[in-house]
Amino acid sequence: MLLMQQTVTGDRAHVKPTNIGAPDYFHKVVDCQWACPAHTPVPEYIRLIAAGHYSDAYMINWRSNVFPGILGRVCDRPCEPACRRGRVDKEPVAICRLKRVCADLKDDIQDRLPRAPEKKNGKRIACVGAGPASLTVARDLVSIGYQVTVFDSGAAPGGMMRSQIPKFRLPDSVIDEECSYIINLGVETHYNHWVNSLSEVLAEGWDAVFVGTGAPRGRDAEIPGRKEAAAHIQIGIDWLANVAFGHTTSISKRVIVLGGGNTAMDCCRSARRLGGEDVKVVVRSGFEEMKASPWEKEEAIHEGIPILNMLVPKEFVHDNGKLKGVLFEKVRAEYDAKGRRSLIPTGEPDELMECDEVLVAIGQENAFPWIEKDIGLEFDKWGMPVLDPETLQSTLPKVFFGGDAALGPKNIITAAAQGHAAAISIDLFCRGKKLQERPPPMVNLVSQKMGIHEWSYDNQVSEEERKKVPVKALEKTLKDIKLELELGFDPFMACAEAERCLNCDIETVFTVKTCIECDACVDICPTECITFTRNGEEDDLRGRLKAPAKNADQALYVSDALKTGRVMVKDENICLHCGMCAERCPTGAWDMQKFFLQCAEAGTEVRKT
Amino acid sequence: MTYLAKPKLLRADAPRNTLGYTRRDYEGAISTLCAGCGHDSISAAVVQACFDLDIEPHKVAKLSGIGCSSKTPDYFLGASHGFNTTHGRMPSVLTGAALANRDLIYMGVSGDGDSASIGIGQFAHAMRRGVNMTYIVENNGVYGLTKGQFSATADKGSKSKRGVVNNDTPIDLVALALQLGASYVARSFSGDKEQLIPLIKGALRHRGPAFIDVISPCVTFNNHAGSTKSYDYVREHNDAVNRLDVILPRDQINTSYAPGELRRIVQHDGSILHLRKLDTDYDPSDRVGAMNHLQERHALGEIVTGLLYVDSSAEELHRHLNTVEKPLNQLGDAYLCPGSKALEALNAALR
Repeated sequence: MLLMQQTVTGDRAHVKPTNIGAPDYFHKVVDCQWACPAHTPVPEYIRLIAAGHYSDAYMINWRSNVFPGILGRVCDRPCEPACRRGRVDKEPVAICRLKRVCADLKDDIQDRLPRAPEKKNGKRIACVGAGPASLTVARDLVSIGYQVTVFDSGAAPGGMMRSQIPKFRLPDSVIDEECSYIINLGVETHYNHWVNSLSEVLAEGWDAVFVGTGAPRGRDAEIPGRKEAAAHIQIGIDWLANVAFGHTTSISKRVIVLGGGNTAMDCCRSARRLGGEDVKVVVRSGFEEMKASPWEKEEAIHEGIPILNMLVPKEFVHDNGKLKGVLFEKVRAEYDAKGRRSLIPTGEPDELMECDEVLVAIGQENAFPWIEKDIGLEFDKWGMPVLDPETLQSTLPKVFFGGDAALGPKNIITAAAQGHAAAISIDLFCRGKKLQERPPPMVNLVSQKMGIHEWSYDNQVSEEERKKVPVKALEKTLKDIKLELELGFDPFMACAEAERCLNCDIETVFTVKTCIECDACVDICPTECITFTRNGEEDDLRGRLKAPAKNADQALYVSDALKTGRVMVKDENICLHCGMCAERCPTGAWDMQKFFLQCAEAGTEVRKT
Repeated sequence: MTYLAKPKLLRADAPRNTLGYTRRDYEGAISTLCAGCGHDSISAAVVQACFDLDIEPHKVAKLSGIGCSSKTPDYFLGASHGFNTTHGRMPSVLTGAALANRDLIYMGVSGDGDSASIGIGQFAHAMRRGVNMTYIVENNGVYGLTKGQFSATADKGSKSKRGVVNNDTPIDLVALALQLGASYVARSFSGDKEQLIPLIKGALRHRGPAFIDVISPCVTFNNHAGSTKSYDYVREHNDAVNRLDVILPRDQINTSYAPGELRRIVQHDGSILHLRKLDTDYDPSDRVGAMNHLQERHALGEIVTGLLYVDSSAEELHRHLNTVEKPLNQLGDAYLCPGSKALEALNAALR
């Protein structure tokens, strides 16, 4: 994939100078922020943690991702695989757990929260569901004068965060705190309120309706014996909800969990805590292809739960309805030319695994039984609402979707990001503006130079290894399902981990007209990412660099032609942002400048150009 | 200038040479020279050359005198032997070391002040004795450590940073080296590593005194209009006679050249110098022709660079002295001092 624009002069193509003024250019260099669906300014809050400014770090998070304490415990962390540190060190920065640090160690932040304007704008918005997407919409809109009412079937806000995530990973107190920050802004709430009909809601005259009802239906395993042994087979997410609300307090000794996602991991670990002694997870796919995050698999294994792979459930074996076990067929994976996988039976004899109870966690589906099919809201052939993926507006202009209900089950951080997007859409919609003309992000680029070799960030690159979060003793935590397993980083560990951050938001900015081509930056760069060479086609250029730029997803920073006719080419992929090029530059042609990008929120005006 | 050490983090695909070392393993301490100093580029070129040649760092001895240039051996080959000698005396200390242990690769690093002023006598005698070494002069035309006075290599008529014109005739160390018997003579520019790295590699694989004069701009005191050793001036007046590739016996030769375009010189150790001609009339085996060419071009204000002279059959000091193959420092007491009986026998033989 070619990322750069090319121009042709004469018969030789060459790469055009990089436009660093385009917000996306440096944003992509901040890989964690780019990967975060809500584009949280990660390095900025990590620096604040290192400095001990936990409340400031919390507020940066709160603004972008709404639930820092929750996400700091249970986020899917798309930022961490993206982290640049992972390309030059064994492991990325523990971004997610640093987020928890600022939530744990902050002071009272009540007076830093926005206050809803006294005078409302007269627009009334209904949010169906009180999960992360709805609460984000509510927060963004209430703070700019909307009257927002949230309906939820549960007794308290939080949605799946409360009903599906085990308490030993996410205690209620954290959910209560972060939901209250939003509700207390002046959101009207109707709990224990089951919405039966969208047309009834619409008839109530709301200016807009937001649907954030999640993906509430767990997929079932429809294989022989399912009906007969039904008393011993449960759907994972329903069982987790029962556990969460205390309706289920025990389980049989021998449990099989079917499925390889994060729900399966939550099921098996919960089962271990409710009396399951022989708990195992059985998965169709191989270990590597499992949908569960690597760290969740690790934690399950740490708790003595075997994960068995390449086994397809064939039958629930029972004796007059009394479950005896599950029969599995052994398979191997084969890939066709397009890379699609099919599972081929190995021909070995099927394996019967004995158990007393089965938890089925093989996926979640959306369900909208309460949305009438004749009110103009279209669904696609998979039963999902037809939406504009950017504005999240449905075919019924007043109705917007977000979270798992919108584009299928994802995760909390995606729900928050979609909540922001939907809030912007609702605001534009209520003000009669075009939904496609969306407000741009706020972007800033400021020099960090304080002296000849002094920068306003700590440019010394830490060589420490990733810190492991301390946990409570297993024998204690396995006895109490409500006891939070992780202790979180203490301030010293947090500081050491924060120092591992490479400060990828402190950008190397190059000025052609002051460069004297002395090579000082080339010589000092620890990862050899700067080259002065003649321009050429991008592929050719990538191969000719001092360190060939093999990661085509990462841009090259190409300058205008210099005095010798060459160009400066920097491969952003492996830059450590140590600032040595700028310190070594005799003319200040290199400068380290902090790039800060804050996504637009509902109410941000579209700039007139 | 930076005070921080380079972070040790490496990219995953950092190349390794046949010894398993990365380029970073050939680096030294962090430089304390001014930002943008040409000398740092020369250090980087030495690092690259040693990496490319798979040199074991402990097999190298780097010696220097006094001055900005003579500080640089601290900034490369941190795992090699080093000796920072007194001002201008690097050649004699190096000669002594080379005599004592002929197994090491000797690299002398000096500057225009160290070699063309206080140490010019030492420079001359190391060349004429044929010490087996690579002698690199980092030549910036000024005394950088004492605020930029002209050195002995500053061109007549060139201007100091404050506008003072130099009236003294410059010493051309390349011309001296040619005259005094250096068997590998080159000139290069710190801002042109493509040229400089192969020249250093060729010198390290050469037997006999190899001299490289590297024009290395002083960004602080000699990089202005009116200077003849600034980045801009050298780039504008650089007259390269050839381009060198050093081919080791293990290397595959893939490139092909038009007839007459290439000159191939086999050195004593089997390494091959591929010289691509840029100036078709230039003959790097003609010592007198080289001296004439230098003078002619210098009169036109041009700076002649490239491999200017090479004699691959040259001999060096140990051969001249007929020393034993075994390094002298490894000869045991019994061998060096065979005792009074042996002395008597020797005396008897002379009676």
